Amino acid sequence: MTLQVIAFWALAVASVASGMAVFIVDSMARATFALLASLLSVGLAFLLIDLEYLGVLVILMMVMEMLIMAVFMIMYMMNPAGLMPMKMVHNDRAAMVIAAGVFVLLALGAFVTPWPRRRGRPPADVTGALGLSIMGPKMLVMMVIGVAILATMISTVVLATHRGRYDRYGDALEARRPVDPGGGRLAVRDDRDRHGEDRYGDHPGGAQQPHPDHGPGPSSPGHGHDPSHGHGH
Amino acid sequence: MHEVTPAWALIAFPIVLAALALLAATFDSVLTAVATGRPAPLKAMSDPLREVARLVVQQRRRTFMPDILLMRIGIFTLVVAAVLAGVVLPLGDRPVADLSVGIVWFNAMEVCVWGSLWLTGWGPNSVYPLTGGYRFLAQGLAYELPHMFALITAALGAGSLRIGDVVGAQRGLWFAVWMPVAFAVYLISAVAMAFWGPMNQAVGSDIAGGVRAELSGPDRLIFQAGRYALLAVAAAAAVPLFLGGGVGPVLPAWLWTALKTIAVLAVLVWAKHRLPAIRMDRFMEVSWMVLIPATLLQMLIVGIVVL
Repeated sequence: MTLQVIAFWALAVASVASGMAVFIVDSMARATFALLASLLSVGLAFLLIDLEYLGVLVILMMVMEMLIMAVFMIMYMMNPAGLMPMKMVHNDRAAMVIAAGVFVLLALGAFVTPWPRRRGRPPADVTGALGLSIMGPKMLVMMVIGVAILATMISTVVLATHRGRYDRYGDALEARRPVDPGGGRLAVRDDRDRHGEDRYGDHPGGAQQPHPDHGPGPSSPGHGHDPSHGHGH
Repeated sequence: MHEVTPAWALIAFPIVLAALALLAATFDSVLTAVATGRPAPLKAMSDPLREVARLVVQQRRRTFMPDILLMRIGIFTLVVAAVLAGVVLPLGDRPVADLSVGIVWFNAMEVCVWGSLWLTGWGPNSVYPLTGGYRFLAQGLAYELPHMFALITAALGAGSLRIGDVVGAQRGLWFAVWMPVAFAVYLISAVAMAFWGPMNQAVGSDIAGGVRAELSGPDRLIFQAGRYALLAVAAAAAVPLFLGGGVGPVLPAWLWTALKTIAVLAVLVWAKHRLPAIRMDRFMEVSWMVLIPATLLQMLIVGIVVL
């Protein structure tokens, strides 16, 4: 029991300290991983109350989440790779006041709330009970959250990508092989790769006249026999 | 709740893991020697140990304005993740840590490799490692979902997330036999997870070694050791999940586990020398358009059978 208490406080301090480090460090990468350290401490704290599944899931999800954040970092930042030192806080004074206010409010809430007394015992198989709960009484909530997260993911990707399926497969979606920046196939490189690259939007004039051969006809899907480009075979 | 782990397991586990990693490295260097036409290729067996000796005494190179702290965290995370992923795998009858959610734990530890590679790529402040780190993230996004579905299919077949129960459920028939799609996807994603063989673009030679381009001396040694340990753990996990664990005639459980693990490991190492490199941008499409539906279908079939 005492070991558990010591572990709890160690994790609590680690969590808060690394959470503060997010705003102290001067590098995007360090801030990201300080946040990850904070969230991992929370995940480990779940293990202390025998919520093994949720604890491990928090660790799993947070690692993936932070690394996907690193991908978004290069997509959205003005300093794409973030290699230069940069300040992690903006609007310091107001931010500090707001943060302190929210902290006091939440802490007050924790102390003022009349917490209910514990009833019953935790089930022997917590993971199984959690599953039954999600698939039973909590199903509606989980479905709504699931759809909301999926919609968010799709819209984020749509916003982030500059090429959709019409760019890849032509206006009638009838190209047999997609036109991609890298070109080529799954594993091998061949001469046709360069063809693919030329047809990608960066090519001068490529944007105005992207797919001249995509009409119906015997040569329609062929990327290899496009007379408007100079690569013969 | 947990059964007491025998003390010998705590000592045996790191030794076994190190031995498997060394075995993989040895086999790989012999195959490389054969492929490059070196005379007496079996002499290459000592190459990994020579490399260890060389790296231990090698002077470290430094890049301009590196983030040493993050780089070291990345390098050590690779070894730590491999070891922690391995603790839930049974050595014989029983793993070092018999978690009730062993499969999820294995998955969580192996995802830490994402962080490890990205940090190791970021740290040196050099373009090729950074490219390699992002390559691995792209590959991770491609392989992780089919990989999770393959793991969950095995758990579904056993009705438990405990790896010991998954082994127990295969007494009649190996999961590899009646869940071939999940097994195949697992092997593909195991290779991708250990950035090995055809999926090694994160450390590809076209970007001067990628993530490990700027690593030298002990840093490089630990990174390489972690990579082989990860490959060994990825191969070892296939045994309890799909190949019946230690179950087998005549021989004791630990020997069967060892034999099966070495067999899977050998196949993975051999595949590296046989298959062409797979680009992660292309693999993304294959993975999401083919592998995810295939694993979902496999899961549906397993679900119906279990019901």
